[in-house]
Amino acid sequence: MNHLLEANRISKQFGNFQALSDVSIQVPKHSIFGLLGPNGAGKTTLIRIINQITMPDKGEVVLDGEPLKPHHVQHIGYLPEERGLYKSMKVGEQALYLAQLKGLSYSEAKKRLNYWFEKLEIGHWWNKKIEELSKGMAQKIQFVVTVLHQPKLLIFDEPFSGFDPINANLIKDEILKLRDEGATVIFSTHRMESVEELCDHIALIHQSKKILDGKLIDIKKAHKTNTFEVGLSIENKSELKQLISERYHVSTADFKSLEDDLKLNIKLEPEHNSQQLLAFLSSKAHVNHYKELIPNANDIFIQTIKNNGL
Amino acid sequence: MNHLSLIIKREYLAKVKNKSFILMTFLSPLIIVGLFLFVAYLTNVNNEKIRDIVVLDQSDLFKETLVSTQQTKYQLVETMDLKSAKSLANETKAYGLLFIPNRTLDSISNYIQFFSEDSPSLSFITGLESKLENRIKELKLRQAGVDLDKIEAAKTYINLNQESFEGVKTSKAGSAMKLMFGGAAGYLLFMFIIVYGNMIMRSVIEEKTSRIIEVIISSVKPIQLMLGKIFGTSLAGITQFAIWILLGFVMLLVVTFVFGVDLTPVQTPQQELMNNAMTQSASNAEIQTIINEFYTLPIGNLIIAFVLFFIGGYLLYSSLYAAIGAAVDNETDTQQFMFPILMPLILAIYVGVFTVIEDPHGTISTVFSYIPFTSPVVMLMRIPFGVPLWEQALSLLILGMTFVLVVWFAAKIYRVGILMYGKKPTYKELLKWLKY
Repeated sequence: MNHLLEANRISKQFGNFQALSDVSIQVPKHSIFGLLGPNGAGKTTLIRIINQITMPDKGEVVLDGEPLKPHHVQHIGYLPEERGLYKSMKVGEQALYLAQLKGLSYSEAKKRLNYWFEKLEIGHWWNKKIEELSKGMAQKIQFVVTVLHQPKLLIFDEPFSGFDPINANLIKDEILKLRDEGATVIFSTHRMESVEELCDHIALIHQSKKILDGKLIDIKKAHKTNTFEVGLSIENKSELKQLISERYHVSTADFKSLEDDLKLNIKLEPEHNSQQLLAFLSSKAHVNHYKELIPNANDIFIQTIKNNGL
Repeated sequence: MNHLSLIIKREYLAKVKNKSFILMTFLSPLIIVGLFLFVAYLTNVNNEKIRDIVVLDQSDLFKETLVSTQQTKYQLVETMDLKSAKSLANETKAYGLLFIPNRTLDSISNYIQFFSEDSPSLSFITGLESKLENRIKELKLRQAGVDLDKIEAAKTYINLNQESFEGVKTSKAGSAMKLMFGGAAGYLLFMFIIVYGNMIMRSVIEEKTSRIIEVIISSVKPIQLMLGKIFGTSLAGITQFAIWILLGFVMLLVVTFVFGVDLTPVQTPQQELMNNAMTQSASNAEIQTIINEFYTLPIGNLIIAFVLFFIGGYLLYSSLYAAIGAAVDNETDTQQFMFPILMPLILAIYVGVFTVIEDPHGTISTVFSYIPFTSPVVMLMRIPFGVPLWEQALSLLILGMTFVLVVWFAAKIYRVGILMYGKKPTYKELLKWLKY
């Protein structure tokens, strides 16, 4: 059993609108799984199906080897994109209530809340009402409530929206820590920087279909184009560019540098290798900059969606 | 603790701890008692006012009729023309001047005039008119040579001695009492549904606008949340009612004993009339009948039926309110859905008030006491008049089955609606949601 969660061939239709068609994902244990896709692709529907908020028309979800049952909600922690708390309820009471709904006993919930409130240094908020707190403060409470019952599976839908950079970082670190402590995280977003930093695996959903999934590293390898970005310091730029383009496929590059360099993107064909290129370049000019272009998640995202016809 | 009881507890405490709820609970009885005292005070002041009426009776026919009472003093003036009588009335700040010219008995009624500074009170004018009418009638009869004593002797009042086939004596006053019983029960239910149904709806909308809903339904089933809300809010409502009844009782006691205010206002002319009528019709024996009737009221049946129909009717409507709350984003959007809910309720009250009085076991009353959306109110109004148990049971059964159906329907809308944001749904869309 390497997968904590498997969703097998899930389909869901709302009226005439196909929200998901035949989507399968496997979320490995102790990983951070990025569920990506443009707005309206079906991410939230899939997440709601995993949370048993919506029932799928077809397909099944397996959690830790068992078909999903109502009692599994206590093993799942869910931070929805549309989130909030009761505005006129006190922080402490509210957190206790939500924790008890997740199956914790009163005393256990209280103990764990004390721990978290101390850790995040928010103990003095206990008797405040949510409406007295700022949005960022309320988000922190929300995060604590999501992870309090120590779920095996954590699902975050756009977790960083509404956080300032400092708090976003804090939460990011907590997510990584939770992963290291053994939790599995599904993380839905369309912000690619955070995918880059956090995710081990990704699945890309577009117009109700899954169009890409796998380990982020593997996907990156598959998408790289063997292109190198170089910066060369030389007097006669056009002559050198001419020379290089006789051997390689060359295009103009744009990056920041200190010197007035000749900046090129050089694409290698299968018969070339990077060492040869470097040797060739150093024989002709002074190499200031040499870097393989690895596609970032954002490029892969946009490219894959374009390839799938949009 | 299981989810439902947790939700009920939270909903209950959230309502009960709410500042405006507490304020309403303790302030409303004060306001009501205050208003009551104010009205009583005003009535007293009004009745203490003495009306001076200057009477210029040139026909000399009405002296015996216009006898001064505590509130109305007739000041008869003679040998004076209308102009000086007017100025006299004006100077003495009299309430008005009654001018009766010297005419024949046949035409006099067209020439009697009343002058006053402000427009006089309607009840006073009506009273005066009937006095004059009676006097003229009497004089005309006498002129025609009719013996008034004989007419008086021929006057007959009939008050049918009503008795059911089982031999239970009933009466008109008894019917009125029954109607009051049923009416109070029906009206209470009506108010309860509107006030606390709205409260449920607002609390659903609040969960949507604060965006907590998705967090909660990832832990509990939507139907649990919906039922928890309905029960929690209802308990809060019952608490509020209990406090009101208790407070009202205590305050009335305090007011009557401590302040010693006499809450029965001085009798007004209308009340005098009514009392006369009452004493004419309600003899001692009749009062005995009414008391007997009170004891023969199906009290046990009434209480049990009240509880059952109250719960059934309230739950039926409150699940609809919850569904409406789930379907919309804010309170202003609820209007289009409120009307179809209020319609049957108002209809029930109308049927109850107009038809049940007329004929408690007629076709219309009977039919409406089976239709589930009107049956709680109408049946509660009918029961004091005696409804066979099987009819009540059948009506309850229909109500119960409809409740199950409506909860299923409401839960569907609720389940989909709580996750829908941003647009105002139409009825067509609501129907579509049922299929999701």
